[in-house]
Amino acid sequence: MAHFDKAMPFSNKWMDQRLAVNTLQRVLSTEYWIPKNINFLWAMGMILAATFGILVVSGIFLLMYYVPDASNAAAFDSVNYTIMSEVGYGWFWRHIHGVGASLVFLIIYIHMFTGIYYGSYKRGRELIWLSGMGLFIVFSAEAFSGYMLPWGQMSYWAGMVITNLFEGATPDVLGGALNFPHFVEWLRGDYVPGQAFLGRFFMLHVLLMPLVIMGLIVLHFGTLRIPHVNNQDGEEIDFEESAALWKAGRKKEAKVIPFKPVFLSKDVFVMGVYFILFFYLVFYHFEFAMDPVNFDPADPLKTPTHIYPEWYFLWSYEILRPFSKNVGLIWFAFAQGILMALPFLDRSPNVAPANRRGLFGIWFWLLLIDMITLTIMGKLPPTDPTFAMIGKVAAITFISLWVVLPFITMIEKPVGGKK
Amino acid sequence: MKELKILAVVIFFTLVTYYGVEPYAHHQMHKKVDAQGNEIVYESQDFKYPDLKAVTVKGDAAAGKAMISACTGCHGIESQKMQAPMDASASAGAYGVNPPDLSNAGAVFDEKFLVNFIMNPTHTAMVEHKFKEGSGKTYPMPVVAPDPQTAANIVAYLKSIAPKELTPKEAFVAACGRCHADRYGKWTQLGDVPKTKPNITTHQDPEMLAFKMKVANYQDSLAKYMGKLPPDLSIMIRARSEEFMEHFIENPQSQLPGTAMPRVGVSKEGFEKVVAYLEETGDPSKPKRQAVGPWVLGFFFIFTLLAYLWKQAHWRDLH
Repeated sequence: MAHFDKAMPFSNKWMDQRLAVNTLQRVLSTEYWIPKNINFLWAMGMILAATFGILVVSGIFLLMYYVPDASNAAAFDSVNYTIMSEVGYGWFWRHIHGVGASLVFLIIYIHMFTGIYYGSYKRGRELIWLSGMGLFIVFSAEAFSGYMLPWGQMSYWAGMVITNLFEGATPDVLGGALNFPHFVEWLRGDYVPGQAFLGRFFMLHVLLMPLVIMGLIVLHFGTLRIPHVNNQDGEEIDFEESAALWKAGRKKEAKVIPFKPVFLSKDVFVMGVYFILFFYLVFYHFEFAMDPVNFDPADPLKTPTHIYPEWYFLWSYEILRPFSKNVGLIWFAFAQGILMALPFLDRSPNVAPANRRGLFGIWFWLLLIDMITLTIMGKLPPTDPTFAMIGKVAAITFISLWVVLPFITMIEKPVGGKK
Repeated sequence: MKELKILAVVIFFTLVTYYGVEPYAHHQMHKKVDAQGNEIVYESQDFKYPDLKAVTVKGDAAAGKAMISACTGCHGIESQKMQAPMDASASAGAYGVNPPDLSNAGAVFDEKFLVNFIMNPTHTAMVEHKFKEGSGKTYPMPVVAPDPQTAANIVAYLKSIAPKELTPKEAFVAACGRCHADRYGKWTQLGDVPKTKPNITTHQDPEMLAFKMKVANYQDSLAKYMGKLPPDLSIMIRARSEEFMEHFIENPQSQLPGTAMPRVGVSKEGFEKVVAYLEETGDPSKPKRQAVGPWVLGFFFIFTLLAYLWKQAHWRDLH
């Protein structure tokens, strides 16, 4: 039975007896230990959390005026006229939402490549990677469903192209076992993207996906707790010993710092730099996040000359595009799933920066350059034979890189934790 | 130092990706090539229309006024109290499109263009491909005065009656508004959307319905005449780059070969006015963005500076 002393209502003692606020504070922040040996890339997680927060807040403001009505450009006009012209500072929230959606993926990619580079996905950290990849997938669904909402030409036609993928392989493969023609109509609720389609994607974007994201963020933080955050050298730290040193005031010898205020102070500084970039883009350079084609209202009778996804989907789009339909679908599915398997494909026990891991170092930089190449080729017109060829080579390189990964990591020599 | 190196790597790869998917990709997607695959670079002509014949004669406004009835058989000039013989709907029924009122023509169109247009309309407007002999179609504007002097006189008269300064909307209406609606500017091809009130007991608005019916009929004639209904221009300024708009309006065929859009012949000043109107309806937040931006960025500069000092206070004696 809990014991309640007399205390001033809402005083620290009163709150602590009822909500254990002091314990919470200690466990979650002042005695949540982070390695000292880190750089600014370790702030990307907090930047992502902050950007997600900004997306939620700006999204709430937009949701007050958005109308999910596919008829007579009503949805289009609610975004481009009501929000942009009639609502005070509506343009501000919309530009924040559009720029934020693009930047959140830039930071996700930096965050992912940081994890790959420093080997932060193994030796107890597998679930961090898996929950992070789960977040990546749900963020992708969130971004795609959000892109449908302005109901412009690119919303409509991207919706058409992507839902068509669910038709599966052509009927001649395996006696049609991989062909699901009616699934597409079931998904759309119509033969073409229309009112049912828009309503469903609206619900996904403003309710279901954000809920799943919030749940996964909690899980992602939870998976960090026991294996702790990795550090720049992949060193195995005795966190309890180091924490004791810190608490004894021997800060120079301790290899850890408390989340609050030490780690947080650096996070906030990096966030400040990031927000300068963020708001520079919001005010002066938002066009990159709002494609001009989507400022034409959806027109089922007029296919745009070029249909392409937003930049963050381009690399996987380019793994689909250079091949025939069936082959492309297989590789596309492969590309979506293979990143998940990274902790199990990397057979080396080394947790160290990629540059100290021999062949894996080369593999890392090749993967990065290859994914950027795929991204750029994914947007360039495939009618140009040179671009089409580069794209195809990059797609095959991507697949090959993942096939060779287990083998090059199997023969990798052990690396000391610290250089 | 190490952190700055890492930052340089991150920025480098980010910028390469940005360059590839934005400026480079858009250039590749929108470039024009000839039959051999060589890129055609469009040289902006600054709305000087160098392909048209230079005007060597001086126009006489009084002589132009004397023969203006050659124009008012179809066109109205409201500022001079001259009504068009038919209203817009009837005109569209007869010609496909409503002949423009000429009150502001002298202020928005280029002088050289107008002289050439009066002498040879289809060539000057670049619509010869639509009205080829044997196509069974005739351009509604006939050759009224094939000699330069008469044409120059009429243009001199139009310029003499034109207001010195047009508002952006007047320029838009004169140059674009008979074919293009702008619903965010509450503009239809038949003029401003009227302010009406629905009947309080029936919740019906017959006046608005009648107006919409008229617009629908007008658009029907227009779509038949142009091949499709010319697009609403409300937010065109965001859908196309300003560079494209400039080249397209200056020379539609250079950007969209075979298009039904005529060369309308705006002057440089007229073009700037039209763009100003398109920005008013399509990108109205521009002045506000420019006013608020520096304050928000200033806030984050100070925020970052303070955060840096806070960080230093904690990290100074860690190593």
